[in-house]
Amino acid sequence: MAELLRTHPLEAWHVAFERLPDTARIAVEPFVAMVDVRLGAVGPEVRAGLGVDLPTIANTWVPADAGRATWLGPDEWLLSSTAETPEEFESRVRAAVLPLGGSATDVSAQRIGLRLTGARVRDVLTKGCSIDLHPRVFGRGSSVQTMLGQAGVVLLALSDAGDDYVVLVRSSFAGYLADWLLDAALEFITPDS
Amino acid sequence: MQLIECPWCGPREEVEFHYGGQAHVPYPDNPAEVSDEEWAHYVFFRDNTKGRFAERWNHTAGCRRWFNAIRDTATYRFERVYRLDGPKPVTP
Repeated sequence: MAELLRTHPLEAWHVAFERLPDTARIAVEPFVAMVDVRLGAVGPEVRAGLGVDLPTIANTWVPADAGRATWLGPDEWLLSSTAETPEEFESRVRAAVLPLGGSATDVSAQRIGLRLTGARVRDVLTKGCSIDLHPRVFGRGSSVQTMLGQAGVVLLALSDAGDDYVVLVRSSFAGYLADWLLDAALEFITPDS
Repeated sequence: MQLIECPWCGPREEVEFHYGGQAHVPYPDNPAEVSDEEWAHYVFFRDNTKGRFAERWNHTAGCRRWFNAIRDTATYRFERVYRLDGPKPVTP
C-alpha cells in the first residue's frame, strides 16, 4: 500500500509568509503531538504522572517537558509535545490520567500552529481580536481561546514584550486565517523589506 | 459590541456565545407517567418574560462551558452570571 504522507494545509502560503518583514513575521510551526485531557480535579498525583502541573488558572499555559500545557476549560487541558509521536504521547498521558478518572484523546490533527514574531505582530492580531493583548495583561504564560477574524483560535503569549505569539488554529481554517493574517500585515510591508 | 461575562474566562464579546433558552426547566420526576400534553409543556413551552429572565448560555468560542445568566430581556443588560449547578439567584 502506498504510504500516505501528511501534507501541511499552509504549504501554499510559505512564499507569501517569507515576504513579510521582520517586524511582523509569520512562521508555520512543524506538526506536534497534541492531546486533549479531561480531568475533574488536579492534585499532586497529576504532576507525578504527567511531569507537569496542569494550570488551574483560567487562560494560562505552562511549559511542559517538550511542549506546553494549556488551560482550555475548568476540567480540560491541551497538552503538546515535540518529543514524541502522537501515539506515544497519547498512551503516556492516558496511562497517567486514566487511574485518576480522567481521559486523554489524541487531537494532533485538529490544530496547526503559527508563530508570530516581531514588534508589530500585536498590531496585526488586534485587528481581528477583541482581547486586550497588551503585555501588561497578556504577558508570557497567558493564553486565550477566542475569535481571530472569523476563526476560532487558541492564542498563546510567549514573551513579556508583546512580540512573540503562537496561534493554534483548526487545520480547515488555516488557509482562511493565513489569508486574513497576510492582509492584516500588509501595511507593515515596506518597499525595502 | 456587548460584553458577556463568562464565569470562567471573564468578559468576552457576545459573538463568542450561544443562547440556550430558559434555565431551570425541571425534568419530569416520573417520565413514564407523564401525559403527552405534559411532555409537550416540558419540551416546547417556555416563559416569555419581559424583564429579568434566567437563561442558559454557552461560551462556544472560548471554554465551551454552559452557564446561567440573569438577563433583562427589555434592556439586554446581563445582571448576573452563575454556574449551572448554582441556585437561581433571588433578584429584586
